Amino acid sequence: MIDENLVFAHRSRALSPDRPFIRGTAQNPDVYFQAREACNPYYLAAPTIVQNAMDKFAQVAGRQYHLFDYFGAPDAERLIIMMGSGAEVAHETVEAMLAAGEKVGLLKVRLFRPFSVEALVAAIPESVKSVAVLDRTKESGAIGEPLYCDVITAFAEMGVSRKVIGGRYGLSSKEFTPAMVKGVYDELNKVHPKNHFTIGINDDVTHTSLDYDPEFSTEAPGTVRALFYGLGADGTVGANKNSIKIIGEETENFAQGYFVYDSKKSGAITTSHLRFGPKPIRSSYLITKANFVACHQFSFLERIDMLKLAEPGATFLLNSPFDADHVWDQLPRMVQQQIISKKLRFYVINGDDVAKVTGMGGRINTIMQTCFFAISGVLPREEAIAAIKYAIQKTYGKRGDTVVQKNYAAVDASLSHLQEVKVPDKVSSLFDMRPPVPAAAPAFVRDVLAQIIAGNGDDLPVSAMPIDGTFPSATAQWEKRNIALEIPVWDEVLCIQCGKCVLVCPHSVIRAKVYDDSYLGNAPATFKAVPARWKDMKDRKYTLQVAPEDCTGCTLCVEVCPAKSKSEVKHRALNMVPQPPLRESEAANWDFFLSLPETDRKLLSPTQVKDIQLLRPLFEFSGACSGCGETPYIKLVTQLFGDRVMIANATGCTSIYGGNLPTTPYCSNEEGRGPSWSNSLFEDNAEFGLGQRLAVDKQNEYARELVWRLGFQIGEELAQAILNADQKSEQGIFAQRARIAELRAKLAGIDTLEARDLISVADSLVKKSIWIVGGDGWAYDIGYGGLDHVLSTGRNVNVLVLDTEVYSNTGGQASKSTPRGAVAKFAAAGKPAGKKDLALMAMSYGSVYVAKIAMGAGDMHTVKAITEAEAYDGPSLIIAYSHCIAHGYDMAHGMDQQKAAVNSGYWPLFRYNPDLVAQGKNPFQLDSRPASIGLKDYIYNETRYTMLVKSNPEHAQELFKLAEEDVSAKWKLYDYMSHQAGAAVEEVKK
Amino acid sequence: MIDLTKTIDLSTTYLGLKLKNPLVASSSPMCREVGNIRRLEDAGASAIVLHSLFEEQIDIDNEELDRFMTESSDVSAESTSNFPDLLFKVMGPEAYLKHIAKCKQAVQIPIIASLNGTTTGGWVGYAKEMQQAGADALELNIYHIPVDPNVSGEQVEQKYIDLIHAVKNEVTIPVSVKLGPYFSSMANMAKRLDGAGADGLVLFNRFYQPDYDLEALEVVPNLILSNSHELLLRLHWIAVIYGNIQADLALTGGVHSATDVVKSMMAGAKVAMMTSALLKRGITFLDTIATELLVWMGEHEYDSIKQMQGSMSRNAVPQPGAFERANYMKVLSSYAMR
Repeated sequence: MIDENLVFAHRSRALSPDRPFIRGTAQNPDVYFQAREACNPYYLAAPTIVQNAMDKFAQVAGRQYHLFDYFGAPDAERLIIMMGSGAEVAHETVEAMLAAGEKVGLLKVRLFRPFSVEALVAAIPESVKSVAVLDRTKESGAIGEPLYCDVITAFAEMGVSRKVIGGRYGLSSKEFTPAMVKGVYDELNKVHPKNHFTIGINDDVTHTSLDYDPEFSTEAPGTVRALFYGLGADGTVGANKNSIKIIGEETENFAQGYFVYDSKKSGAITTSHLRFGPKPIRSSYLITKANFVACHQFSFLERIDMLKLAEPGATFLLNSPFDADHVWDQLPRMVQQQIISKKLRFYVINGDDVAKVTGMGGRINTIMQTCFFAISGVLPREEAIAAIKYAIQKTYGKRGDTVVQKNYAAVDASLSHLQEVKVPDKVSSLFDMRPPVPAAAPAFVRDVLAQIIAGNGDDLPVSAMPIDGTFPSATAQWEKRNIALEIPVWDEVLCIQCGKCVLVCPHSVIRAKVYDDSYLGNAPATFKAVPARWKDMKDRKYTLQVAPEDCTGCTLCVEVCPAKSKSEVKHRALNMVPQPPLRESEAANWDFFLSLPETDRKLLSPTQVKDIQLLRPLFEFSGACSGCGETPYIKLVTQLFGDRVMIANATGCTSIYGGNLPTTPYCSNEEGRGPSWSNSLFEDNAEFGLGQRLAVDKQNEYARELVWRLGFQIGEELAQAILNADQKSEQGIFAQRARIAELRAKLAGIDTLEARDLISVADSLVKKSIWIVGGDGWAYDIGYGGLDHVLSTGRNVNVLVLDTEVYSNTGGQASKSTPRGAVAKFAAAGKPAGKKDLALMAMSYGSVYVAKIAMGAGDMHTVKAITEAEAYDGPSLIIAYSHCIAHGYDMAHGMDQQKAAVNSGYWPLFRYNPDLVAQGKNPFQLDSRPASIGLKDYIYNETRYTMLVKSNPEHAQELFKLAEEDVSAKWKLYDYMSHQAGAAVEEVKK
Repeated sequence: MIDLTKTIDLSTTYLGLKLKNPLVASSSPMCREVGNIRRLEDAGASAIVLHSLFEEQIDIDNEELDRFMTESSDVSAESTSNFPDLLFKVMGPEAYLKHIAKCKQAVQIPIIASLNGTTTGGWVGYAKEMQQAGADALELNIYHIPVDPNVSGEQVEQKYIDLIHAVKNEVTIPVSVKLGPYFSSMANMAKRLDGAGADGLVLFNRFYQPDYDLEALEVVPNLILSNSHELLLRLHWIAVIYGNIQADLALTGGVHSATDVVKSMMAGAKVAMMTSALLKRGITFLDTIATELLVWMGEHEYDSIKQMQGSMSRNAVPQPGAFERANYMKVLSSYAMR
């Protein structure tokens, strides 16, 4: 296909000192215009060149493309013009409509720009009377979307007179179905079709949307349409990808697969949509009429109405802990109803049992895959099993023979455990599916967010949506996901009330309160309370309570619990216990716990972990991974300063668990105060946060000016108190809030513009704490330029870098924070270069507070550093070690690994406080000790390192030696820095 | 001055291998480095037992790799995996086998491979591969701790016997068995292993004995290097077994001086194996022991190692009761009288 002479010509135009020239000169107004026009001939020639290439491709491959491909009736009267994958859906629809005798046509745009008006017009049958142009984009404020505008212009320029309407569809990959295509063709039948329409939504605000019949379907009868509901990370998607390969390669069938993920990182639900059939599959939309539905997790049955997508007579395969004789009464009524009414064939297998017996642990993917092949009959059984095994070898072969053999054993054991259920003819279950949110939820949560949770977001009308992306916070509390199989249960006798569990909990699901005895009057029977172990609160009660329906079961709290039974050390003050039997009683306890008053912050010391457990977190129940290493730091920030925090959030994991619909984890306290949160782009989050700082400071400056100007009217004493307020401590901030309340009251009685003006900015007189939050991909890499700039400005912002040493959210790509020797994407052979020392770079300014922390190694140190950073009146940078699933080990040991990172010398803890210079002290304080364990004892607990050791031990050894040198050199440097005397000490010496 | 190396014959045979002296480096992590293998030869080791290949470790490593690669997959649409594909297949025994070949190229002295399996297939398969890689002999490190109260001593012993049979059927190189001391009838067990075809018995394995951290209330790994006191148990059983079986006896555990070596030989061992002494005092300490051994033999007018081997075994001493219960009672009473 490729003309070698063109390749050579291209190379000869490349930059080279062997034939030097300049490209990219700055052009002034005198010539720039002409230069732009100079390239016109190439744009004019491009369509012909592309068509020639398409013709050549047809000769080679046998498939003919045109700049505009027409499909439909030769005498079509109604035409759709569109491009991209949606055109295949339209193609499928046109096929069905042609078969029904309708005169419709479709023009697929293959070359959008340079746009060939001649080719467009030539491709349209003369018979066409009306045209709909579909764009998958929205150009706010434009008179039409790009393709529509081009078509209109082309028709005008070519003197073509046709009725043309334009419409939008499928934004952000929204579903686009044959029913919608049919709706557009139906609209073209009208005398006055709607222009600037939308299709696929219900626009009840500006009424742009077209009506269509969602039941219209073009699914071919011979196609297998299978839906698989799995848990993220259970291997369901991987097995389905293998099934597609098997069917595509081993049979005459065409195959298609699409995988849908929800927005949670823990307990995420994956839905695999698979189609197989004898004809090419153009259906680039999700399956809504499945003839096979598989549920890989029994607990999904009460959360997802998956059988609504099963067509009558379909097959339902369920991974069930109950056998065929006992499963029926364990199904929610809705599930039973649908099985009966749709006459589904119903199979169960105890996949978890088979997995356990065959050494697969909790992995059921190949077991369920084998059952699918056995039931669906896509391939003869023996052939299918051989093909599955071949796929296993290909997929897992590199992970070792043991792994392959284990999978083989699981496949072999599967079929004998597969059972068909004799379906009773009556609904008999005593329970039903759980509502997506409790009835007590606020209206917006009930009416809008609950629909998204239930998977019905597509049905929400335009009027349900906020117009500017503003959503209420504190909504995660309503999304009771019940994903933990086991939850921690408190042994109140053993507990020493240290608060470590509360500190490390990534989801804020374990909390403590100290309160007056009198509140216990209405406590549920199983609610636990013991005397508080606080010197000043001895006469009060203490409760440690778990939110059973929000816990993810990560066990970090249990691992960190220091209180062990004297008679059986495995029993701690927290112990994991199966959740289902405790769900109802503990949920009632949790509700009661929430109704207890918060402990008065004035009685607590926010530098003590023990006291911090009593500070209410304003970040709760996020969808972060179970055992996440990042969220405990964010939670801590909200406990300490949550009522005055403004968060600028970089894109990444933090923005997904922090702000992905349906629900939001940031919440507010009893006064209605809580973090404000907004997500910027990856590359400019530091600037975004700086902007917030500047805006708040400007408002503050203006408000101070107004207070000064209105001093006489509001009273000089109050004005002076406001203007001279010391807000360094929380007490100072509370006092200022009281003054502002007084100010507002006084201003309410003054009817002047200045007074009204001051009311609108009065809140800015209370200190705001700006936090710029993101991961290492942002801070070390893509946002680094901006971060560096913001740190140099001297403005009071706090930067929290949640350092997982890899791009976690996008699947483990190496960042400049990735350490030497660790395997990551783009560093598959182990990262050859060392980790960038972001802290050292920031310290070089001398004016930035810098700290490196690791909660698992020093919780008090973490608290101290975060508190100092916030108090520092200038830029602060905190780099927080964050364990991550991308490191490849059981997150239950995350805090232990943090300790190992510090104990090996790899992650020294330190603080650099420029304020100490003024006190004549060394600003750099090294807070951890020299290595007490080997680097090996830390890094070789993690798959990111061991996968290289196992696959390429010699190279791993080379990198390990260099990594050891990195650690030792860095330690020497920090040790040296920490031993530099401060100015005052030098003076004493003199 | 007399050159003792010319007048005293330190040579011995072990597993049919002719060794220049009875000083063998026993299986330890030290043997992972080819450089150390060379240093051991230079310091006078007559043979080296490599560190053990643990079948279970290979399986666990592979399974964990698989588990964590899978469990971090399909977390979200943006993160369908968290690790890149492995560039190469993970190593099973390949690295170990390569190490055998490298050691063989690096030194002249015999290299004995050490294997700890968990499945019969694993024991036999890896044993064959070790032979193919060039190992001169094989030491089966049966590091098995029977914690299941439903498994009888008889069943445990039969496992050992079956294992020797299976491995001996598949390899032609000599095979020794490294044992722990916890058998109801050690002498009988030795005889049965001998009957099953073992070419040598290595007495005794030092089992890992976890310790308690009383502050954290945790069971913690504990590795205490051996000392000469541990020699006595080995001397006792080698002295008892010597002469009753065909297989060679090797003493391992507690050899820290030339006199420890002498005692080992006198009890009936063909070789004395060392690790802790070398870890404590460096590989070159082996050379010191060899010299001191010569000096001791010179001073005590021994001509050869062979001469002393078994000279103080149970059958060779005038009071065999010293190895029996009567002697135990005497020790106790003498202690009480102090």
